[in-house]
Amino acid sequence: MPAVLVYAVVVLYPSIAGAGSAFTDWSGIGNAKTFVGIDNFKQLAHDSQALGALRNTLLLTVAIVVVQNGIGLLLALGVHTGIKSRMALRLVFFAPVVVSPVIVSFLWKFVYNPAPDAGLNAALGAVGLGALRQDWLGNPSLALWSVAFTVIWQCAGYSMVIFLAGLEGVPAELHESAMVDGAGTVARFRHITWPLLAPAVTINVMLSTVGGLTLFTQIIAMTNGGPGYATDTLSTVLYKQAFVFGKFGYSTAVALVLAIFVAAVSFLQIGYLRSRETAA
Amino acid sequence: MKYRPRTFLLELVMIAVAIGFLFPVYVLVTLAFKDPQQIANRPLSLPSPPSVGSFGEAWRSAGLSSALLNSTLITVVSVLLLIALGSLAAYFLARTATRLSYSLYILFLVGIILPFQLGMIPLYQLVDNLGLLGTYQGMILFYTGIQLPFTVFLYTGFIRSLPADYTNAALIDGASHLQAFAHVIFPLLRPITGTVLILNAVQIWNDFFTPLLYLGGSGHETVPVRVFAFVNQYTSNYGLVAAGLILAALPILLLFLVLQRYVIRGFASGLKG
Repeated sequence: MPAVLVYAVVVLYPSIAGAGSAFTDWSGIGNAKTFVGIDNFKQLAHDSQALGALRNTLLLTVAIVVVQNGIGLLLALGVHTGIKSRMALRLVFFAPVVVSPVIVSFLWKFVYNPAPDAGLNAALGAVGLGALRQDWLGNPSLALWSVAFTVIWQCAGYSMVIFLAGLEGVPAELHESAMVDGAGTVARFRHITWPLLAPAVTINVMLSTVGGLTLFTQIIAMTNGGPGYATDTLSTVLYKQAFVFGKFGYSTAVALVLAIFVAAVSFLQIGYLRSRETAA
Repeated sequence: MKYRPRTFLLELVMIAVAIGFLFPVYVLVTLAFKDPQQIANRPLSLPSPPSVGSFGEAWRSAGLSSALLNSTLITVVSVLLLIALGSLAAYFLARTATRLSYSLYILFLVGIILPFQLGMIPLYQLVDNLGLLGTYQGMILFYTGIQLPFTVFLYTGFIRSLPADYTNAALIDGASHLQAFAHVIFPLLRPITGTVLILNAVQIWNDFFTPLLYLGGSGHETVPVRVFAFVNQYTSNYGLVAAGLILAALPILLLFLVLQRYVIRGFASGLKG
C-alpha cells in the first residue's frame, strides 16, 4: 500500500532514526556519529536553559488547558441559548482558529506594544486603568503569560465548537423535567450538562495538551524565547540546538524527552478521562 | 426557547465579550489605514482620513501573490493525495480482519501522538539527500506523510460504522475491490471526506515550522514563511506590517465565511473518532 510507504518514509523511519541519534554526538554534517550513551541526557539534566524550557512548557500547557477550555465552555454555554446574535457570535469567536498562528502572533505583538499610548496599554489608559500598563513581552516574569494568552485567544473558539457539539447532544427533555422538579440553572448544569459533556472534555483536554506541549510558532514569532530564556519551550530549544548551534545529537535528545512527555500525558489522560466518561 | 429579559441581558453580555474579543483586530485595522505620521501621534485613534497606501506597498514587498500561489499548490495537491491514500488505506484496514491489518492500524495510531519534532532532523537530511529541499514536492511529501495517521484514523472510524452489505453487494455483481471502492464506498464517505479536507487544508495552509526549514530562501515560500520574513524586515513600519498581516489573513478568512457551516462542523465533528 502506497499509504504505508509514505508513512514509513516521512514518520516512522525519521522518528526511529531521531530516537537513535539522541544517544550520539552527531553534528548534522555528514554521517559522523559517535555513540555517547546517555551523555546527552546527563547534559540535559544540568542544562539550565533546557530545564527552564521544560518548566515553561509545562506551565504554558497547564495555563492553556485550563483557561482555554474554561473560556471555551463559557462561550459555548453563552451562544447555546436563545440570544439573537448567537450565529454571528460563533463566527466571531471561531474566526481566529483558521488564521495562521504566525499572523495571530504578530497581531498580538501590536497589542502588546510597550509604548504607553499604543495597543492594550492605550486601552487601559483610556478606561482609567493606566496603572496596569505593562511591558507585556519585555518583562521576563510576564512574557510567558502574554504568549499563553495569545494562544488562548486564538484557540478558545476551537474549544467552543467542540463543547457546542457536546451541548447539542444533551436532550432538551432532561432539562425540562429537571426544571419541573425545581432544579435551578446551576444544579441543572452540574447534574445534567456537565456529565454529558464528558466526551467533549476529553477531546478538548487532549487537543490543548498536545498543542501546549509542542508550542513553537507563537514563541518564535513573538519573543524568540526571550527575554533571556524566559519563554523558551522544549520545541524552541531543540530547534535552536540543531539549526543555530549545530548540535543535532543533543537536539534529538531534547526531542525524545518531548516525545516521551507527550506520549505519557496522552496515555494518562486517555485512561483517566475515558473512565470519567463511562462513570457518567 | 422564549426571549425573556434574562435572555436580553445575556445577549448584551455576550456582545460586550465579542467587542472585547475583537479589540486586537481593531488595533490592527486602525494601524493599517494610517500613515506613519498619524501612527506616531495617535496610535489607537480611528484613522482620519484613512490612507490605503500601505496595502499596495505591503502586497508587493511581502511578495504575497507568489506566496499565495505556492500555498495553494502545496495545500491542494497534499489534500488530494491525503484523501486518495487515506480513504483507500482505511478501506483496507476496516474491511480486512487479519492480524496484519490490525497491526498496521495500531502503527498508524502511534503516528498521531508521535510529535514530529522527534523525526525532524533525520527527515530534513533525507529530504536534503533526495534533492527535495526548497521544492514543492518535498513539502507535499512531508504533509502527505505527517497528516496520514490522522486521516486514516478518521476514515477507518467512519467506514467501520457503514454496513458491510453495500460492498458485498457490489462484489457479488462482479466488481473488483477497487471498482467497488470507487463507485460504491467513496461516494458514501462524503461527510467524512469533507471533514478530512477542511481539517487538513487549514492545518497545511497555516503550518510554519517545516516550510520555514524546507523552503526558506527558495522562492517557493508559503504565506506564513513570507509573512515572517516580511515582518522581520519592516519591524518598525507598523502601518506596512499591519496591512501585510491583513492581506495575508484575508483569503482564508473569506473562504471561512463562505464555507462557515462546513468548517465549523468539520472542526466540531472530526475528532469524535
